[in-house]
This record gives sequence, C-alpha cells and structure tokens, in this order.
Amino acid sequence: MKTAVVVFPGSNCDRDLAVALEQVTGRAPTMVWHRDSELPEDVDFIGLPGGFSYGDYLRSGAMAARSPIMRAVADAAARGVPVLGVCNGFQVLTETGLLPGALMRNAGLNFVSRAVELRVESTQSLFTSAYESGETIRIPVAHHDGNYQADAETLDRLEGNGRIAFRYAEEVNGSARRIAGILNVSGNVLGMMPHPERAIEAAHGNTDGRRLLEGLLEAVA
Amino acid sequence: MKARVFVTLKPGVLDPQGKAIHHALEGLGFAGVNDVRAGKLIELDLAEGTSDEDIEAMCRKLLANTVIENFRIERMTDA
Repeated sequence: MKTAVVVFPGSNCDRDLAVALEQVTGRAPTMVWHRDSELPEDVDFIGLPGGFSYGDYLRSGAMAARSPIMRAVADAAARGVPVLGVCNGFQVLTETGLLPGALMRNAGLNFVSRAVELRVESTQSLFTSAYESGETIRIPVAHHDGNYQADAETLDRLEGNGRIAFRYAEEVNGSARRIAGILNVSGNVLGMMPHPERAIEAAHGNTDGRRLLEGLLEAVA
Repeated sequence: MKARVFVTLKPGVLDPQGKAIHHALEGLGFAGVNDVRAGKLIELDLAEGTSDEDIEAMCRKLLANTVIENFRIERMTDA
C-alpha cells in the first residue's frame, strides 16, 4: 500500500503516523509538504496528522484547509482514495468541507490528554472493518478543540446513514451525541479526534489503533 | 480604506469561552450579567475600490466558518 502523510507547519504527529504506517504496511509513507500541489501518483491512502497547524490561528485547521495540497487531497478523496484525518487532521477536514460540522473548544475548556474508551459504531467502512460493531476500544486523545458540533439535521443524517464511526463511551469534551469520529457520504474519508497512531505497539499500552490501519490495509490491498 | 469584520458564534451554538468569561465576571462581583458571547474582530486594510462582494467572499472563504459563525462587515470611513 502506497501511503502519504501531509505535513503542515505546526503538525506534530506526522512522524508518529509515519512510523505507524510503516509498521503496518511495511513501507514508509511519502511525506508531502503543505505547499506541494500534487500527491504521489497512485497513492492508496492519505493521512492528515495531528498537531497545531499554523498555530491554530483564526480557527483550528482553518489555514491548513486553504493550503495548496488540500486541493489535491480533495480531488483524491473525490476519486475514492481513503483519507484519514486525526485530531488537527479532523479539524482540517471539517474546515475544507470534506466532512460536515465543526470542532469547537472543549466544553470544559481544558486541554484533555488521556486514553479514552470509544465505542465502534460502524464497521461498514474501510477504516473500521477490523473492529466488531459495538466493541469498546481504548485510544488516546490530546486536544483542546475536540467538541464536535453540527446542526440537528446533520447529526440525524450522520446517525441515520451509519456515518458515525466512533463515539466516546464517556463524557470527554462536550461533543454532540458524543461523536468522536465521522465518515463522509462515500465512507472513504474519516475524521477522528482520538489518535490511533498512539496505540500501535505494546509499549503504547494497547494496540487498539493498529487494527484501524490493518483493516484499511486489508480493504485497500 | 479599512473595514472591520465581526465574527460571532451563531445563536444557539454553545460558547464555552463566553461561559468562562461570564463566570469570571460573576467571580469579580459583577451582578446582572445575563450572558456573555465571545467573538472576533478582524480589521482589514484594503485597496481602494474593494467591493462589498469581495469582502463578503473573504468572510465566506476564510474569515468565518459559516457552519458555526455569523459575520458582519463594517466599512470604516477614513480611519
């Protein structure tokens, strides 16, 4: 599987994601700079990493969403290439409009950094096929702006179409309907606040995140 | 030519920062504050002849996230 990780100024989980992808796919991803306008040819997967792109200026993800590479990412997503946005990557995806809604300041105002339990809501996607529906997994979160909000109609649509991939099993940040991760209409774009790349090897405490990438590898290969 | 863009959260959108400010004001002993909403003010120094449509496009494309925010443009006469 040929993968790419986009690097924005202020990304800080890009290398973690790269290491995780290399471990799972056996091949190091191509790191793509935000100013590039093209992705590697025949790319099978694009990762948008966590961090604080552009220092979270204006709104988290707002500047990164308008960078040249995001046009190429949007084109690839429209062709069906799987795109995963983690944390700041999720914020970038909502800011580009590839996913609905917005990620606002945590309801408790605190930066939340700890492992949380998630319920796998949908296994009908490229990203979640290795999980069991309703399964509880444990993945770390580390964010200040993870409070997912959208209007009721959008939330109903996400729920009705099985587009909520993960929900927090506990109260974490005030997200509407405890949403932790959502899919686009075609199911090839996933945005999630928790960091699966931080739960890849035994030393991380658990390997629940590894299955996301393994499932993806199996689905794509 | 200058313009000001006021970006505010849409009514009904939870504003944790506004809530925190509200609590802090109460903590300082200011009674009678019913609600606080925090927003942003962005000042633009623009070329003469920049149209309203151009400024509005700036707001829609970048300055405001219209999923959660409203914006209001105020042109300043001779700042």
